[in-house]
Amino acid sequence: MLAILDYKAGNQTSVRRALDHLGIDNRITNDPDLLASADGIIFPGVGAAGQAMDELSSGGLDEVLKSLIWQEKPLLGICVGCQILLDYCEENDTRTLAVIPGECRLFNPAWAEEDGTPIRVPHMGWNRVTLKKECALFNDIQSEAEFYFVHSYHPAPRAEFIIGETMYGENFCSVHGRTGLWAVQFHPEKSGAPGLKLLQNFHAYCLEAKDAQ
Amino acid sequence: MLSKRIIPCLDVRAGKLTKGVKFQGNVDIGDPVETARMYYEQGADEIVFYDITASSEGRGIFLDVVERVASQIFIPFSVGGGINSVADMRAVLVAGAEKVSVNSGAVKNPDIISEGAAAFGAQCVVLGMDVKRVEKSEQIPSGFEVVIHGGRKYTGMDAIEWAKTGEALGAGEICLNSIDADGTKDGYDLELTRKVTKSVRIPVIASGGAGNPQHMADAFTQGKASAALIASIVHYGEYTIRQLKEHIAGQGVPMRTIW
Repeated sequence: MLAILDYKAGNQTSVRRALDHLGIDNRITNDPDLLASADGIIFPGVGAAGQAMDELSSGGLDEVLKSLIWQEKPLLGICVGCQILLDYCEENDTRTLAVIPGECRLFNPAWAEEDGTPIRVPHMGWNRVTLKKECALFNDIQSEAEFYFVHSYHPAPRAEFIIGETMYGENFCSVHGRTGLWAVQFHPEKSGAPGLKLLQNFHAYCLEAKDAQ
Repeated sequence: MLSKRIIPCLDVRAGKLTKGVKFQGNVDIGDPVETARMYYEQGADEIVFYDITASSEGRGIFLDVVERVASQIFIPFSVGGGINSVADMRAVLVAGAEKVSVNSGAVKNPDIISEGAAAFGAQCVVLGMDVKRVEKSEQIPSGFEVVIHGGRKYTGMDAIEWAKTGEALGAGEICLNSIDADGTKDGYDLELTRKVTKSVRIPVIASGGAGNPQHMADAFTQGKASAALIASIVHYGEYTIRQLKEHIAGQGVPMRTIW
């Protein structure tokens, strides 16, 4: 069973619909025991980082999450859920979970597209991910596949945690983390077949990790 | 590089897909859920549903359509039509839409944009604008006026100013529809599109007038639109989305071509 973290700043139902479609057993929950018994956790998020952190910390979920991550519970952060795994986010000047070293920055409005026009913010639409290192999430996904992004702030983790990059005026980090603790800036639940495949790959990893224990 | 998006627009009336010309004479042409799934499988980058039902009973049917779509297609979709309050916005977002488009509701009460952006995030709020060409005047210096009620009512607002206001209030995107071009298949209003894309830094969807893939390529290369809305050229089977994308990609426009 995959747990989808339930807090007010999430897009839990979109993730649930995608997992249902894939036939992956899932629960939307904020119950620490259920989170601990899950094979893996999906940490979604929409909206602003500040609000998301407030929702997490007011219910003590920030500490629950951190302790599960320490216990190597597989976790996939999506969008704002990806951003707040870092130390700090410029949005609302927010101290975030500090699970992965780095920060999250507003897109630089001086960045320009190939034809010289400045980038539009939010970065909204379909874009590619260039992997900097191997990542089980992308097993059997074509390198030309595109994913759906919608965000105004982008992750900037310490270099060794960068897994994938995306070009928008300049390259920014769109996938970061380490094996078993992954964060993706795009929305796999809204990225058609490649996104569904990525969710399937995460689930497959969770089952393998459980068997290995 | 960010791909330009192709977005089929489905007008829904009482749970049925319908298509009108210049907002008149709508005919039912199919099931919106089935049609949405077909476009999803054909490579649509996003889908827009526009509720043209007036009654509250029709509203319930429409929300049911949104829910069924959300469980079957895994790309973003937005919903517009009859959105006049934050509660209306919440209803369609809870039903499964990613974005919600406000149009005449925002003309009557611009604060709905900032309230929606604060409640759900700017990425959720699309400012839909219907625009008509008029004589340039002191009030309408661009010669493009915002209209509502399907183009029947002039607002006295300059389209360029309204786009900037919408951006300042927190809209995450603008869907820019030319009433003059809508249904003509003569191409998008490129002058209007370029004027708006030059005036704001949020993405702009060009809408109204697509008759062939070249029109769409022009909206991207000349109009600098981030996305192009289409309706009849795919609803009646003239082109598949793949054919449109191949043509446009052939002109060097970034397109998502595998899915």
